[in-house]
Amino acid sequence: MNVPSNLKFAKSDEWFDAASGAVGISDYAQNQLSDIVFVEILVEEGEEVAAGKIIASIESVKASSEIYAPASGKVSAVNKGVSDKPETLNSDPYGEGWMIKIEGGSAGDVMDAAEYEKFCEGRTH
Amino acid sequence: MSTPSTSLTATIVEPTIFELSSPGRLGVTMPASDVPTVDLPPRDLLRSELPLPELAEVDVVRHYTRLSKFNYSVDDGFYPLGSCTMKYNPKINEDTCRLPGFLYTHPLQPIETVQGNLVLMFELQEWLKEISGFAGVTLQPAAGAHGEFTGVLMMAAYHKSRGDSKRTRMLIPDAAHGTNPASAGMLGMSVVTIPSDERGNVDLKALEAACDDTVVGMMLTNPNTLGMFDEHIEKVVKLVKDCGGLMYGDGANLNALLGIVRPGDLGFDVMHFNLHKTFSVPHGGGGPGSGPVGVSKRLLDFLPSPLVGIVEEADGDMAPLYGFITPEQSIGRMKAFHGHFGGGLVRAYTYIAMHGPDGLKDIAQYAVLNANYLQAKLRGTYTIPYDRICMHEFVAEGQFAGSDVRALDIAKRLMDYKFHPPTNYFPLIVHEALMIEPTETENKDTLDRFADALIKIAEEARTQPELLHTAPHTTPFGRMDEVKAARELVLCCWLPEGYDSEK
Repeated sequence: MNVPSNLKFAKSDEWFDAASGAVGISDYAQNQLSDIVFVEILVEEGEEVAAGKIIASIESVKASSEIYAPASGKVSAVNKGVSDKPETLNSDPYGEGWMIKIEGGSAGDVMDAAEYEKFCEGRTH
Repeated sequence: MSTPSTSLTATIVEPTIFELSSPGRLGVTMPASDVPTVDLPPRDLLRSELPLPELAEVDVVRHYTRLSKFNYSVDDGFYPLGSCTMKYNPKINEDTCRLPGFLYTHPLQPIETVQGNLVLMFELQEWLKEISGFAGVTLQPAAGAHGEFTGVLMMAAYHKSRGDSKRTRMLIPDAAHGTNPASAGMLGMSVVTIPSDERGNVDLKALEAACDDTVVGMMLTNPNTLGMFDEHIEKVVKLVKDCGGLMYGDGANLNALLGIVRPGDLGFDVMHFNLHKTFSVPHGGGGPGSGPVGVSKRLLDFLPSPLVGIVEEADGDMAPLYGFITPEQSIGRMKAFHGHFGGGLVRAYTYIAMHGPDGLKDIAQYAVLNANYLQAKLRGTYTIPYDRICMHEFVAEGQFAGSDVRALDIAKRLMDYKFHPPTNYFPLIVHEALMIEPTETENKDTLDRFADALIKIAEEARTQPELLHTAPHTTPFGRMDEVKAARELVLCCWLPEGYDSEK
């Protein structure tokens, strides 16, 4: 399980990069979901989002799932590429698979990498 | 148990009916018209080309007969598809629903000419009331989710009739069927997810925190999709009712309760039945289902109209006259006519009549016994995350420590052992879920063979995982490309002129 140490993680498996403002789903989440076949980003550039609000909806061959904002702030960019190529979330969840950027925002209820790794290991069911 | 062949069998390819077409070949020849001809529709509505297949009758029959042999059904073998109650459908149902008196009637006939049909519907309403402990039943809804929508409409109508307009939130456990939040969402309600606790019950603390005067009610499946009977069901009902909410019961898992527990007695206000699960109406091909809804006293007035009732009491030697009645504050019609009469209601009536009260209780007891027998046999090989006495089904994890084998691989490999796979990846609260519901109709030999196959597959997962990743190997078609199926929605060989698949 890949958990980059520079990122923060929400309990609902989103990551937040405080330096760039980028948001995506964790390697753990993409692995649990398996092949992702559909991504719809529900916020637009310039929109204000609050931590915990739904920002996207994704669907895999196993399940559909909602993605929540791990931070509050203004949406400064939306990665349209992931809607065309949802599989990017599987192949590169921390790189090309970023979904939106939240600018000048503050992180919501998030964990650091070590805490998140422990949290995932403890999820027996 | 011997291991099924692992070599790829010659792939059996049946061409599509379009590929079998040969220009000029005919199935039927039309006689000369003996009625006046009429003009065709306006030119703009006519297509210049309509590439329908051209075949002889015998070619069509053989094509579909060959296709039917690729099928797998409850008449072929074990079908432990969790939450779907794929029980055997007794063949006597097929006789009764084809009785001429049922088969050749029309819903618009005068009631005096269809008294038999109406008596059957009236009695079925009464029996479902008796089985569930409810005060009234509508037979109209065409399927389970349609029944849910009907039930939620009545809940909304009830609050509205009391001027209680603040109630917009529906409480739904995380173990619920996806149709529950969808039904509430269709009425513009917001869905509040209530987590399950360690034992698979509704988390009482979370429920208590969510209960206030904005709650429409709660939609609860009991036993739930983990196959667990909620150990605090009375407390759950009380918490919801104390804040003024109504209790909705999803009857998907009623098979576990027949003759033992009545949802109406537990305090539920409304519940849909799945006649196509619990009462042996065939399903699995997309319908038709049948989803009657039962309600408690306080929702009686809101039932859809019309209901079947006695419109003229018996008088001396004269039998009562059955007809249609409309509840005072009815939410209106949910279906053009009276429900899926022949396909659903007559078969379910037959099933209930054939079993009687004691037989129905046997069904529940054997369904629960079979599930617990399988759970006990598989415990130790597969992780059972919520491990206690189950009801009619249980959920195992389709994964093993240190292995990359997943539930999907196990499900596909089961097909090589000639079993229909269990439901997988549901409920979502179990990783790599395999949801197993044997139903009461299976004997011990079948259950043993199935458990042996799953135990053997667990061994294969350790020794030759590739065999599972590439399964199935003995079916007409091998592993399907699910990603392609989900992403490329247009697979049709012929598209109408001007159709743009990008739109």
